[in-house]
Amino acid sequence: MVGPVMENLLLVILLFPLLGAGLNLLIGNKVGEKGIGWIANTATGFSFLTALYVFFASGGCQSGLTFSMFEWFHFGKVSIPFSFYLDGLSGLFVLIITGIGSLIHLFSMGYMHGDKEIKRYFMYLNLFIFFMLTLVMASNYLLMFVGWEGVGLCSYLLIGFWYQNSTYSEAANKAFIMNRIGDLGFLLGTMLMAYHFGSLSFGDVFPQLSQFSDTGVLTAIGILFFIGAMGKSAQLPLFTWLPDAMAGPTPVSALIHAATMVTAGIYLLARTSALYVLAPLALDLVLYTGLATALLAAVIAVYQNDIKKVLAYSTVSQLGLMFAAVGSGGFGAGVFHVLTHAAFKALLFLGAGSVIHGLHGEQDILKMGGLKKNMPVTYITFLIATLAISGIPPFAGFFSKDLILVTLYEARGPLFFGIALLISLLTAFYMFRLFFLTFHGSSRNDKVAHESPAGMKTALIVLAVLSVVLGFLGLPHIFAHPLGLSNLLEEQLKTAVVMSAPHLSATTEIVLMVITLTAVVITIALSKRKYGSVQSLMAEETRLTTLEKWASHKFYLDEIYETVVTKNMDRLARFTQRWADELIFHNISSLSGRSVRELGLVMRKIQNGNVGSYFTAMVLAMSLILIYFIFQ
Amino acid sequence: MVTEMMFYFLSFVAILSAIMMISTKNPVHSILYLIVTFFAIAGHYFLLNAQFLGMVHIIVYAGAIMVLFLYVIMMLNLNEDAEPVKSKYQKISATVSGGIFMLVLVASLRSAEVSLEKTRNTDIGLVNQLGKVLFNDYLLPFELSSILLLSAMIGAVFLSKK
Amino acid sequence: MEILPNISIYHYVIVSILLFGIGVVGVMLRRNALIIFMCIELMLNAVNLLMVGFSNMWGDGKAQVFVFFIMAVAAAEVVIGLAILMMVYRNQETTDINILNKMKW
Repeated sequence: MVGPVMENLLLVILLFPLLGAGLNLLIGNKVGEKGIGWIANTATGFSFLTALYVFFASGGCQSGLTFSMFEWFHFGKVSIPFSFYLDGLSGLFVLIITGIGSLIHLFSMGYMHGDKEIKRYFMYLNLFIFFMLTLVMASNYLLMFVGWEGVGLCSYLLIGFWYQNSTYSEAANKAFIMNRIGDLGFLLGTMLMAYHFGSLSFGDVFPQLSQFSDTGVLTAIGILFFIGAMGKSAQLPLFTWLPDAMAGPTPVSALIHAATMVTAGIYLLARTSALYVLAPLALDLVLYTGLATALLAAVIAVYQNDIKKVLAYSTVSQLGLMFAAVGSGGFGAGVFHVLTHAAFKALLFLGAGSVIHGLHGEQDILKMGGLKKNMPVTYITFLIATLAISGIPPFAGFFSKDLILVTLYEARGPLFFGIALLISLLTAFYMFRLFFLTFHGSSRNDKVAHESPAGMKTALIVLAVLSVVLGFLGLPHIFAHPLGLSNLLEEQLKTAVVMSAPHLSATTEIVLMVITLTAVVITIALSKRKYGSVQSLMAEETRLTTLEKWASHKFYLDEIYETVVTKNMDRLARFTQRWADELIFHNISSLSGRSVRELGLVMRKIQNGNVGSYFTAMVLAMSLILIYFIFQ
Repeated sequence: MVTEMMFYFLSFVAILSAIMMISTKNPVHSILYLIVTFFAIAGHYFLLNAQFLGMVHIIVYAGAIMVLFLYVIMMLNLNEDAEPVKSKYQKISATVSGGIFMLVLVASLRSAEVSLEKTRNTDIGLVNQLGKVLFNDYLLPFELSSILLLSAMIGAVFLSKK
Repeated sequence: MEILPNISIYHYVIVSILLFGIGVVGVMLRRNALIIFMCIELMLNAVNLLMVGFSNMWGDGKAQVFVFFIMAVAAAEVVIGLAILMMVYRNQETTDINILNKMKW
């Protein structure tokens, strides 16, 4: 384990959250609620500081830092080392994970105050950070899969945190099972890759790609990896777990289902970008799936009334946009949106958490309103986040979304651009609906809301600042060149990811930007007109067309899954239980025991205590022995 | 010539009375048949010029042991129908297995290699010759057998005390 | 002069086997303990006969000494056996050996 200091620090980054979890496990009960929170916070915070140091000291990890420990195992000629690797892409992700993770730990101290199981909560949270770091810092696909599974596990644990409620634990099950379905794709992809490339390490596979001629195999790997991403990042058809995952505590939703775990899919695709550019069919699949998901989720989000569910569908929709960008070759654009989305979506979730905390548990936006006066900090930060997600400059979302739209226009044509634009407009519409219904108008709630404590407020403010600032990291060239700056993000990711910077003329880009911006502003105005005041609310909710009714019931997707998939799986399981399990295997496994017993029952009749029969047996046996000797 | 006929006659008597012994129901008749068998065997001994053994055989077996048996039977007052009979299946299996046994033993003679075959006229069965062998080579077992008999006596007395 | 010119040792073997076999059948056949005892005696005697025959064949005295000891042991055994039988009879009022069937499962 000897190596330069920088590489050793990789281990430090990784291990601190794990140590935090372990420490909490051992002495958590003794240090009390505050102590637990501080242990967890320090662990993540320290990890973040170390990551910052490593990041800046190595100039953005451009050259790739490797920390290798030992050879884990090998099968055939494929050897899997236990080693960690930090380059431009994973360095960025590490900062996101530890940075936003620290803020959410801080927020959780206030939010989970008074909960009896707070030790378990912080343990799981630290464990999650650890696994997520393993995922992005792994140097081969199998170690990444360890992290992949680990975050799935922690997501399950945290969604079902209040497990006493059976609905919550069912939601946790759903999340885990859907994740698992995707994981099958991931595993099959790694198997294919190991078979054809003889290794699973990034450093071994990617250089081989240029000589690899079988596009079919590459497409297959690409599709299989994407199936894994579908499960983890909640794309069609494996996305219904994300809205249900809102059963977990709100900071969990912020961390896992906004900023980190769901972005693992994008990370995977960005990491494998070298392969995807050689498999255009796979990219097409990614694009169509992403766009379809984004559109569907956006439509559903318009008709949701639970504050967290709106945000959940919004996450699904934004992820869809990221995948759409990736599917058009814009890996950098996808990662950029991950970065900005992490900031403002986490802020939105934390803001929602603040609201829920302030209203003592109310989550239905139809019963909110008028919070502007009572919760000013929350109000302003939420507004900033909403502006960011709608794509209003100079907030972060504008730049990243713009990059996505431009990529789509350039790589796939105006039709796809139009669809993405529609999705962005829907996003703006429902987000502002959410905003207005929650904060504006007069209070439809009889509880008196109170602002959140200092810890929570700090987190909100920091995230709001980030939502403003982060966009400038990916300043497009048309703005950057005149000012003498450069697109920092592009520089960062150059070595790690296949970047296809859009080559549109400046005019086209500006025209697109203007069109987008105008449309967004109009949409926001529409939204304000509809939801800005209370009276219109009452009138609208009663007249819903059939389509809208379907949308508000999320197009009955869960019910469809239930009848098509779950019931049949159940039947299949029962069938195999009856015919295979009970009939065949049960009998086979108990065969040896039962046969011995039966044999024993029969044989014991020989010992009947009757000396005469013993004697007869003796005589016969002697005859047999003699016969044997005669004929020998 | 005569002696050969004697041999066959004695063998026939021995086997016949043995069979009668095991098939008769009355225990007293059984004993009597056994005594006849013993006498036949003693006759065989005399034919083989084992005079001492022949005498001892008659004295010990027919005289002592069988009398003992008779005493016991008289004491227990066993009659003809006193004992239950085994089931037919058991009788058949007993006979069959016994027959197999005998057959196998006879068949095993095939693989036996005997260098000498004939019986001969020897004096080894006479008292003085046998006595020489007995008291010179086998003195210890002789003495030990006396202790054996002593222990049997003690055991019998002890066992039959109330 | 040969006493038994045409009788070979095999004759004695066959006779001995027959007697022994009858003794065996008798043990398996009868249920009265006394009769079984007598059949055991018969078996012993068959062996005695065989040994004397062999002693004559070899001209060796060892076999006859052995027969002597067999007789002594048989006598002792009969004594003890009958004593035991008496005790059993005292307890069970019968000499059927099928009642002595406790050595089983």
